[in-house]
Amino acid sequence: MPKKPKVAVWKFASCDGCQLSLLDCEDELLAVAGAIEIANFPEASRAVIKGPYDISLVEGSVTTPHDAERIQEVRRVSKFLITIGACATAGGIQALRNFKDVKEFISIVYAKPEYISTLEKSTPIAEHVRVDFELRGCPVNKYQLVEVINAFLNGRKPNTPTYSVCVECKRRGTPCVMVAHGTPCLGPVTQAGCGAICPAYHRGCYGCFGPKETPNTSSLSAWWRRLGVKEQDLVRAFRGFNAYAEPFRKESEAYEQKQ
Amino acid sequence: MSRNSKTIRVDYLARVEGEGALYVKVRENKVADVKLKIFEPPRFFEAFLRGRSFTEAPDITARICGICPIAYQMSSCHAMEDVCGVKVDGQLRALRRLIYCGEWIESHVLHVAMLHAPDFLGYESAIHMAKDHSDLVKKALKLKKIGNDLVTFLGGREIHPINVRVGGFYKVPTKRELQGLVEDLKWARDASYDLALWTGTLEFPDFEQDYEFVALRHPDEYPFNEGRLVSTKGLDIAIREYEEYFVEEHVEHSNALHSVLRRRDLPPQSPSLKGRGSTPPSLGEGLGERSGNYFVGPLARYNINFDKLPRSVQKAAKDAGLGPVCKNPFQSIIVRSVETLYACEEALRIISEYEMPERPSVEVHPRAGVGCGCTEAPRGILYHRYRIDDQGTILDAKIVPPTSQNQKTIESDLWHFVPKNINLSKDQLTWKCEQAIRNYDPCISCATHFLKIEIERE
Ligand code: SF4
Ligand code: SF4
Repeated sequence: MPKKPKVAVWKFASCDGCQLSLLDCEDELLAVAGAIEIANFPEASRAVIKGPYDISLVEGSVTTPHDAERIQEVRRVSKFLITIGACATAGGIQALRNFKDVKEFISIVYAKPEYISTLEKSTPIAEHVRVDFELRGCPVNKYQLVEVINAFLNGRKPNTPTYSVCVECKRRGTPCVMVAHGTPCLGPVTQAGCGAICPAYHRGCYGCFGPKETPNTSSLSAWWRRLGVKEQDLVRAFRGFNAYAEPFRKESEAYEQKQ
Repeated sequence: MSRNSKTIRVDYLARVEGEGALYVKVRENKVADVKLKIFEPPRFFEAFLRGRSFTEAPDITARICGICPIAYQMSSCHAMEDVCGVKVDGQLRALRRLIYCGEWIESHVLHVAMLHAPDFLGYESAIHMAKDHSDLVKKALKLKKIGNDLVTFLGGREIHPINVRVGGFYKVPTKRELQGLVEDLKWARDASYDLALWTGTLEFPDFEQDYEFVALRHPDEYPFNEGRLVSTKGLDIAIREYEEYFVEEHVEHSNALHSVLRRRDLPPQSPSLKGRGSTPPSLGEGLGERSGNYFVGPLARYNINFDKLPRSVQKAAKDAGLGPVCKNPFQSIIVRSVETLYACEEALRIISEYEMPERPSVEVHPRAGVGCGCTEAPRGILYHRYRIDDQGTILDAKIVPPTSQNQKTIESDLWHFVPKNINLSKDQLTWKCEQAIRNYDPCISCATHFLKIEIERE
């Protein structure tokens, strides 16, 4: 029997939700666990098998000097490094600090700021090391996660779309919430992958899968303005779980200046 | 170092959510030091919530913890509704309980079967355990999935659901749609009964302390979203009074903020903030003389609200070997299974009485003020307090998750647990200590957003 590929899961600044998606694959878990060797997954197992690893799944963003070093080590011991979730691919919600003075943030939360060692910015993994694949979402979609792992195990390209959430709405037969109800929605500029959940629940997308390829953010903003959305709320909308992803960051900054 | 001295160091605690480390020092057969270290990076939620809209709090705070996002959504919704003077009741209130049932099932079964049970049976993980106990693991996975399905159905997805909002939901299900869950929930009810019986057969170390348990208590029901804060030592306060009684304390050795409960038998005065040094804290007294540690979570809820459990669930608890009071934290695995059963029964009850509400949410208009919410996350009470202005902009936020409230009790357990097991080999003792921590199902991601981190510089 050929040796099973070794898979490791690493956590940086995050909520654990993306790696939990693995444990939420109840139907697939035992099959997946049979096909691979789970070599390092502290959230699920106390057993640790030494590297190098065939696949490393990295959750979370880099926010401390220590983590900035640790990610280098993870890269060294990993054949393929796959980042999972908005924290790892865009800095996550904690990247809201990037727009403010982090020292002020520390003193709001902590009584003794001098104990806190943290970086000015929360940054995606790809700002630090080469990344072989980025899987989006806050959290990732678990079926996409299984697909990506499968693809890498079989040496093929993962089948994950780069078009917008709108395409998924059409496919699902959900009427457009902006057209039908005048509900502001980030779907047109957000990458597909979730299955267009929010509009199916009569809610506008809030962009948790991050920007799609070449999104037309300014035209969407103009549309939102026509729906009566205030500039301040536009800034908030783009400044969410993928606030530091370039197209969203630029759009929020543009409107912040206008305010 | 003499034969009876050892240092236990678990640099990366496994099977807890988040990152923590444990350090225990034993000298001459006595515990010299216990440190539960949290080295999860801070994410500054309370800071970046400032300036956001009050309607954004449920989605933003959900990201504190991927395991119990519903708890964060519920506590923040209640807090905002408290500020704005809105009450969500009737079927919308019932639906909130229903989605919480899903989270309890999913989170409890994850912990019982996948994180905690392997300790009792001596496996490194549930996946290792599955080789010899495949039926058990498969059944637990199916049960967990039914919890997740319930959250997904009502919330849109299992992690960070999108359908919860201040005032209610974006969309509510029809009666017929909800009926679709009944078959599975009936299976889940039976399966959780079996799980409870099975956990009752495990071997438990004889270990309990004179804890002060704290949980919500509601006049009519086992608590999820509302009630008074009640303890087994006489505390009985409204949620609004939380901060008058519970204080965060700075503990030097761990650079962490821990929550403590003020003693009520002494005249009111701000509590001592002294560090602990290396003597074990005595329960009920804790650091200063004026405050003590306390215990939140399934055991606390069970001990305070046993009389609110339906007969059938009380009977199941008895069948699994529990009385109306359970003080052994190792037996929390049974209590979690019993609460899972309760969640299944409660879900079935809510569904059977459901009528689709006319509107999916109550309108909530912002008004300036301060509001609080406290709900029962799977791991215990989760407190939120916000101050907002008349435009609905958040001016100030405070969030106290369950794990930070239990942290001192966890350390206190270790101070008392290690001496009883001092003759075990180092590996055995290490594992036992980990198990003692996992009794609390600690969710370190939650705890950390305000815990201090110690970064070792070489
Ligand atoms: S991307 Fe979202 S779900 Fe994933 S770890 Fe970060 S906060 Fe959690
Ligand atoms: S519709 Fe948008 S916000 Fe909602 S889950 Fe999908 S990507 Fe995330």
